[in-house]
Amino acid sequence: MSLFDLRLTDIHNKLAHKELSVSELTEASLKRIADTDGELGAFLTLDEEGARKTARSLDDRLAAGGERGILFGLPAGIKDNMVTEGLRTTCASRFLDNHIPIYDATVVKKLRSAQSVTVGKLNMDEFAMGGSNENSAYRAVRNPWSPAHVPGGSSGGSAAAVAAGQVYFALGSDTGGSIRQPAAYCGVVGLKPTYGLVSRFGLVAFASSLDQIGPITKNVEDAAYVLQAIAGHDELDSTSANVDIPDYTAALTGDVRGLRIGVPKEYLGEGIDPRVKERVSEALKVFESMGAVWEEISLPHTEYAVATYYLLASSEASSNLARFDGVRYGVRAENPDNLLDLYRRSRSQGFGSEVKRRIMLGTYALSSGYYDAYYLKAQKVRTLIKRDFDLAFEKYDLIIGPTAPTPAFRIGEQVGDPLTMYLNDIVTIPVSLAGVPAISVPCGFADGLPVGLQIIGKPFDETTVLRAAHAYESHTDHHLRRPALS
Amino acid sequence: MSMNKYETVVGLEVHVELHTNSKIFCGCSTSFGAPPNTHTCPVCLGHPGVLPVLNRQAVEYAMKAAMAINCEIADWCKFDRKNYFYPDSPKAYQISQYDQPIGRNGWIDIEVNGVAKRIGITRLHLEEDAGKLTHVEGGYASLVDFNRVGTPLLEIVSEPDIRSPEEAKAYLEKLKAIMQYCDVSDVKMEQGSLRCDANISLRPYGQKEFGTRAELKNMNSFRGVQRGLEYEQMRQADVLESGGAVVQETRRWDESQGKTFSMRGKEEAHDYRYFPDPDLVRVHIDEEWKARVRASIPELPDARQARYIQEYGLSSYDAGVLTASMKLADFFEDSLRYTSDAKASANWIMGELLAYLNANNLEFEDVKITGQGLGEMIQLIEKGTISTKIAKTVFKGMVETGKSPQQIVEEQGLVQISDEGAILAIVDAVIAANPQSVEDFRGGKDKAIGFLVGQIMKETKGKANPGLVNKLLMERLKG
Repeated sequence: MSLFDLRLTDIHNKLAHKELSVSELTEASLKRIADTDGELGAFLTLDEEGARKTARSLDDRLAAGGERGILFGLPAGIKDNMVTEGLRTTCASRFLDNHIPIYDATVVKKLRSAQSVTVGKLNMDEFAMGGSNENSAYRAVRNPWSPAHVPGGSSGGSAAAVAAGQVYFALGSDTGGSIRQPAAYCGVVGLKPTYGLVSRFGLVAFASSLDQIGPITKNVEDAAYVLQAIAGHDELDSTSANVDIPDYTAALTGDVRGLRIGVPKEYLGEGIDPRVKERVSEALKVFESMGAVWEEISLPHTEYAVATYYLLASSEASSNLARFDGVRYGVRAENPDNLLDLYRRSRSQGFGSEVKRRIMLGTYALSSGYYDAYYLKAQKVRTLIKRDFDLAFEKYDLIIGPTAPTPAFRIGEQVGDPLTMYLNDIVTIPVSLAGVPAISVPCGFADGLPVGLQIIGKPFDETTVLRAAHAYESHTDHHLRRPALS
Repeated sequence: MSMNKYETVVGLEVHVELHTNSKIFCGCSTSFGAPPNTHTCPVCLGHPGVLPVLNRQAVEYAMKAAMAINCEIADWCKFDRKNYFYPDSPKAYQISQYDQPIGRNGWIDIEVNGVAKRIGITRLHLEEDAGKLTHVEGGYASLVDFNRVGTPLLEIVSEPDIRSPEEAKAYLEKLKAIMQYCDVSDVKMEQGSLRCDANISLRPYGQKEFGTRAELKNMNSFRGVQRGLEYEQMRQADVLESGGAVVQETRRWDESQGKTFSMRGKEEAHDYRYFPDPDLVRVHIDEEWKARVRASIPELPDARQARYIQEYGLSSYDAGVLTASMKLADFFEDSLRYTSDAKASANWIMGELLAYLNANNLEFEDVKITGQGLGEMIQLIEKGTISTKIAKTVFKGMVETGKSPQQIVEEQGLVQISDEGAILAIVDAVIAANPQSVEDFRGGKDKAIGFLVGQIMKETKGKANPGLVNKLLMERLKG
């Protein structure tokens, strides 16, 4: 058993009783990374020196009996689209290959207050665009359960690092499923909070109205701890919600009796792998056995979600990524003929093909003469999709379904087929458009690959989502299984 | 001339920089003249990951300005992204307001050659300013200063109600005065805190439809706006007269050549791909907020002008000039705390002060005279301490040094001589010294008296009470 299989409270007890030091935890993380990351490729930048320094100072603090933060001493990885002052932040893009940020993201500051130890920056699809991590400009990440398979994306590095025991926890970001889907593929827990619960300040924007940072952990309890550390209003983010932050771990009572669950028929229909449907059915039986009740429901606008998402997210992305022009930071084409040439060549060289595809799509959708038919119509459909959820939540406390239509697919299998790739997000995208919270928890396996169960809640009702996920987890052992990494 | 066949139609688009303490979406200072790129931060530099936070003061200033030009204030407004690539725009989009501006449907009253006219305001919206580019000589490089980027900016768009370059200038002057009264901007065209673009087209008198317009840019002074429009109405008239068609395009005014030049055509116009900025939330402006801002608006130029005419009996023209600048009007009113002769005060300002400023190419802010000084100087004239003639010397001294009139009179020994005996002695001496002039006067040449008075004033260095001099001289000559 690895150190990182201990519960957070057990680690903290060992630290308190001097049975363990933060430096030992950090070295365990660095060693695991050294042993496994050549194959996995989860990290883009390691900060061994910084991590060791932080560990030493936390050990000093421990020795001095200073107050300890909620994530004290835990080695963590941060997805490489959250800026870290002085530590390279690339978004897995050639464009930002040389980018050393001059400030810290709010979540990075919050992790510092919570006293975790950042060991490095995690691989991802370039600018978070993708669902397989194959769009990283550096290298594809491998699934710890099977090196021939993708880890999912875009937070593939985050999910793989946690699944492989390289870090105790990781931060990911989710725009259309980018935390939940890789968590499902890698057999770990991934929580996308309600839009606005976690500050986006310092998260390099892909689609501002959808992006949300959340934890990727090995179990639900840890997700609650990490969420506790990063949630909360931020004056630097106008879209950050000014809501009271509850005690998330206190909500983990194990009691789900009487909980009303809706199961959308659209989430178990065409295109969903039968093995996935089976795992979800088994999970629903577990909920029944715990005293919860479930019914089939309909979220009628689900079929429009993927098209809506790709119009809106790409429109926002086309504008958000316009600042990468080669003038102030990032790569810059050499010896440009003129200004236009500087822009054209810097952007042509800096961006990968999926990023270019979405910039083109979004630029088109916002163009004069097309705006009403695409962007505006997509906004209206988004409202309808959100209303589907509002109506369902009048009757149900939670909505449950699969996290992804299939288990992880093979590396290279869908690279030439972006539309099939986009459909992998068919059950995570509606949730993102509605802005509501959802968690993916391991619910079994299909031919050796993990399957994820998605539990969706009302806006800012993370407590109910976590409570149900935690109760389910304590009645199952899927989350305890570990990949047999060489 | 061909121009007489055509009616000129002008609409102005004015940008006003708000003098808030900090920028519109970050905490950086907005002060002018700092070394390049020192008033910047990751947010206004558009670094990856940053987010804008709206400056409440900027919204209030925009509301205040919109109310002062009689706009309806929106209950809800939002911010949109205007997308375009240019190195002065670090995010490659400008945050602006597209379809929900803060103010709509306002107006400004102007007066040209005694004719009053109301110019409609289509809209007033809030946006962020861009950085400043400097192109290095030789064209091998361009430098960018981001100090200005993110400075809050109002865009005020007029209806096409303006019919001449003079009206355009009057509109700008009035708009500038109103912004100054509201204390929302420095409104200095030479520093770029007031900028103006113009749409101009011609149509035959009587025609309802507008002609094809050209957009004029790069006019850097009020005079430049007027000259640019004058040139452009002539150019378009020539095009039309020679049977041609005006091309819809953007033209640049070249001040030194006194001409406009084509910059880009309609087909090169940008598609800005406006869409709501997802990083900002909609702004709700409730009635209570509106009322509070409305209460902060001072008496505006038109109201003040009307009051000067009514209370002080000033002419409409004089009242208009005095109230065109709030500082000048305040100065005038300050002086009235020390003298009750409002007309005298107005005359000194309209005459001596404005002539001095014009002659020395100065603004009122550049000189040191105080309202108290002017009021007390008028008192000195009323009391007979100084003559009106001497007062001109005192006035100039106040303008240049800011000293009180008493101090100047004392230092320079300018007190008027009103002692009959003393004046009589000089009168007698002058009569004795100029027998020919005395002869001429007695022989019926009235003009000779002027020479004798001049001699007496010369002897007293101008300080002799002119009334007494006249009286005593006549008594002596006729007696």
